[in-house]
Amino acid sequence: MNRTGRRLTSIISGPYTHERTSVNRTMLLVMIALLPATAYGIYIFGLPALFVFILTIASCIISEAACLALAGKPIRPYLMDGSAVLTGWLLAMTLPPWSPWWIAVIGAMLAIVVGKQVFGGIGQNLFNPAMVARVALLIAFPLEMTQWLQPQPLFSASTPGFIDALHITFGTGWAPAYDALSSATMLGYVKTELGRGMALHEVLAHNYDVLGLATGSVAGSLGETSALLIVTGGLFLLYKRIISWHIPASMLITLALLASAFNLANSERYPDAVFHLMSGATMLGAFFIATDLVTSPVTYKGQLVFGVGCGALVFIIRSWSSFPEGVAFAVMLMNALTPLIDHYMKPRIYGRNRKGEPIQYADDME
Amino acid sequence: MITAIIILTLLGLSLGTLLGVAASCFKVEASPLETEIETMLPGSQCGQCGFPGCAPAAAALANGDADITLCPPGGHALALSLAAKLGVHADLSSMEEAIPMIARIRSELCIGCTKCFKRCPTDAILGSSRQIHAVISDACTGCKKCFEVCPTECIDMRPIPITLQNWHWPSPAVAA
Amino acid sequence: MSNVATRLFRIRGGVHPNENKQATAGSCIVDMPLPELLYIPLQQHIGAPAEPVVQRGMKVLKGQLLANSQGVISAPVHAPTSGIIRSIGKYPAPHPSGLPVLTVTLQADGEDRWIDLPAEQTSALNLDPEDIASRVAAAGIVGMGGATFPSAVKLNLRNRYKLHTLVINAAECEPYLTCDDQLMREQPEDIIEGVRLMMHAMQVSQAIIAIEANKPEALTVMRQAAQQFDSISVVTVPVRYPMGSEKHLVQTLTGKETPARALTADIGIVVHNVATANAVYQAIRHGKPLISRIVTISGGAIGKPANVRTLIGTPIARLIEFCGGFTGDPAFIIGGGPMMGQPLPQTGVPIVKGSSGILALTEAELARKTTMPCIRCGSCVKVCPCGLLPLEMASRARAGDLDGAVDFGLMDCIACGSCAYVCPSHIPLIQYFSYAKGALTEKQRMTHKQEEIRRLAEARKQRMDQLAREKRAALAKRKADMAAAKARENNADAAKQSRAGA
Repeated sequence: MNRTGRRLTSIISGPYTHERTSVNRTMLLVMIALLPATAYGIYIFGLPALFVFILTIASCIISEAACLALAGKPIRPYLMDGSAVLTGWLLAMTLPPWSPWWIAVIGAMLAIVVGKQVFGGIGQNLFNPAMVARVALLIAFPLEMTQWLQPQPLFSASTPGFIDALHITFGTGWAPAYDALSSATMLGYVKTELGRGMALHEVLAHNYDVLGLATGSVAGSLGETSALLIVTGGLFLLYKRIISWHIPASMLITLALLASAFNLANSERYPDAVFHLMSGATMLGAFFIATDLVTSPVTYKGQLVFGVGCGALVFIIRSWSSFPEGVAFAVMLMNALTPLIDHYMKPRIYGRNRKGEPIQYADDME
Repeated sequence: MITAIIILTLLGLSLGTLLGVAASCFKVEASPLETEIETMLPGSQCGQCGFPGCAPAAAALANGDADITLCPPGGHALALSLAAKLGVHADLSSMEEAIPMIARIRSELCIGCTKCFKRCPTDAILGSSRQIHAVISDACTGCKKCFEVCPTECIDMRPIPITLQNWHWPSPAVAA
Repeated sequence: MSNVATRLFRIRGGVHPNENKQATAGSCIVDMPLPELLYIPLQQHIGAPAEPVVQRGMKVLKGQLLANSQGVISAPVHAPTSGIIRSIGKYPAPHPSGLPVLTVTLQADGEDRWIDLPAEQTSALNLDPEDIASRVAAAGIVGMGGATFPSAVKLNLRNRYKLHTLVINAAECEPYLTCDDQLMREQPEDIIEGVRLMMHAMQVSQAIIAIEANKPEALTVMRQAAQQFDSISVVTVPVRYPMGSEKHLVQTLTGKETPARALTADIGIVVHNVATANAVYQAIRHGKPLISRIVTISGGAIGKPANVRTLIGTPIARLIEFCGGFTGDPAFIIGGGPMMGQPLPQTGVPIVKGSSGILALTEAELARKTTMPCIRCGSCVKVCPCGLLPLEMASRARAGDLDGAVDFGLMDCIACGSCAYVCPSHIPLIQYFSYAKGALTEKQRMTHKQEEIRRLAEARKQRMDQLAREKRAALAKRKADMAAAKARENNADAAKQSRAGA
């Protein structure tokens, strides 16, 4: 400490007033925004989805506590900030709803340990922890991670009961009885069929249902189903000023523009903008994943660049890679560019020009 | 065989001679690094580093025989700039940020012997024979030379007093 | 009324802290009764401390000079009331460090008797501009918004810059504070008169009085008072902190940014606080030096918050007592507003020329929370009125990388506190910046000292060498002289011998 430090440890500098903000308030508001889509997702995919959801979050909390204990950090304040819960929540939103228990547990550990704590904990991670886990799981367990199913709303005849649900999540996997329910996601289905050389209008002829995509009565993860509820949550975050419009807007507009352009050029090969926007994790990605505070740029301009990059990468991965969905990859690739974007997208300092030199006015100015 | 040996020997000899000539012709008088380092040091020749003056200390630094933390009056700032200059890692853990000390003469004990101001390398002590001496704090490096010679032990070393002019906010306590 | 374009320009960033002005706004300024003892620090301004001209035990009259200014950037200090000088010595300064400063302690005799004041100056606008500036200097007037820069120096800027506009800063964007608001409501004519005097001293053709939109009463009365003067316009500026930062206020009014590291005078504008205008009026018109001011005493822990007209040197403990004492438990006592104010270590410290407010804030008002790690949310970047990256600056300062912090614009930071105000992790950003700026200054001071010492050491070495050379030369000369003498002797002897031999 310097010599003044010893004398005056109790003196604290201003400001002596503070906006009602805190890290856990931020996290809490994001969770509130996720709530409608989550509740609806659990409703349409039944109890197994609820088990996976709870299991993922619980595993995240336990992993976080273990890491904090190992690092010798105070556990309570860091757990209470809600970031581990949110990470688990976001991860659960992207897992197949009837995943076996170990997918949830391994995913949670990957997210917290590899995605967050090895970088130094909250605020230090380069990549979105939930996306780290999702991508790692997808590569390690491609089969389990693509087991989608048709919606089986709670209280309907086809929904599994409590014991069956336990079996699905904690047992050996899907009971054979439910095999018939399995289904591909819209994006996966289109990719497969296009790969077989079908023309797009034939592919989409039977089961393309924009309304279904919007309301969520389609196969997919919790966060991929109801685009409308996700957007509602996103608008809530915008209203609460937790996120700014820059990333969602630039990402969605870029994706829409690219999709429209290619659709115009070859409508038998490339689906249109509405399809891209409404299907898959586009909306979840734009409002909840790409806007992650820690891993996105800090300036508005940087966020625009980031959003454009995400949108373009989503389109590129969906259109030309072997994966049907590309939101997680796109966001992670852009996460890697965030430090670079932050470096080049600094705001102009008051009284200085872009190069950092003091402004000069013409001498004859009156 | 013989030819090869002769050629190689001649080659070796001539190149060796060339190197020898070059070494004596283009001899570098003093290492430029050494002079550069010397200009970075305080230059008060106080000897707190254990070398007889700033120039020998600079030489030792340039040869890597001395640690960058050798100069107490230079403090952390000097150690850091020396580390940058020499391209070594700055390990300041061994160097507790020496609180800069300056001499103060207790006037009630001073007998005006002039020993201290004769020793002072920076002329920081004012006084003359049989007059009470005083330290100009802005010029004092805290080298303690006066402290050692004072016959009445009237000099003590104290930290530079903190005033409204030099006080500044401490760094906030590091968050957990 | 006005020939100034009423168009306003947007500034970057800014925040809207809870105003909390209602506790004191609209209630009349009350006069603080004469305290028994006054502590008048000799440094209440930026620059060199004033040099005392009185001694202990001396009787002084109200308004009498206590200490004279030293050098160009300095200000004299006057006796706030009549009485006896009890001591001239160290007394805690109203400063976060609580360090002592040379202070005159004055025991009031209760008579409150003025020195012989000059006759009222009704034709001050005929005075020479230089004369006004020197009278302002002699009255000890400094910037009363809190910066406490000697006002006369700013009036004289016309000698070095081409000035065209005087801006009167009445934005009062700090929460809680209403002293300027109340002054404008009660003494609009005096202020306008002061503004005219300042315009004359600066030789500028127009003045803009900028008032935040949350003071409609002050706006009305000031507009009325300014109505008859075409050159003075009253402008409503939007409510946004830090509107009162002079460079940002000028940008709001003119759209022009002041170049980095320069003064607003570089773009022809000088900004003075509205209370300073009143002080100028009092000094020129009535010959009264700056010995009192209006202070907002407020905060959740104060019994009866009020705007108090009080003498410089009144201990704040007396003011708090006067305002009903503490009702809550104050977590902090702040000099100034809650955004940029400084904590006061104890209540014994006096009111000084720059004290705009004394706030006793409760824990609930502070809304403090434990500091968490930065989550890079960028809130600080969005609110920074200077376009800086506070999160990066703080992380550099925290690691001790002062130069890194400077690279991110530390020296362009105005310490307005907007970033720390919004930080969800409650990181004490401003303290990091204050620390880094202070440590840099100290480093510069050390470098400077080191250079000085090197120079001294070299001078000494040269002197020593010179002495040694002289000694050697003297020795050599003596030797030579002796040798010569000996040689002469020898020669003489030889001559003698040879003569004898001949």
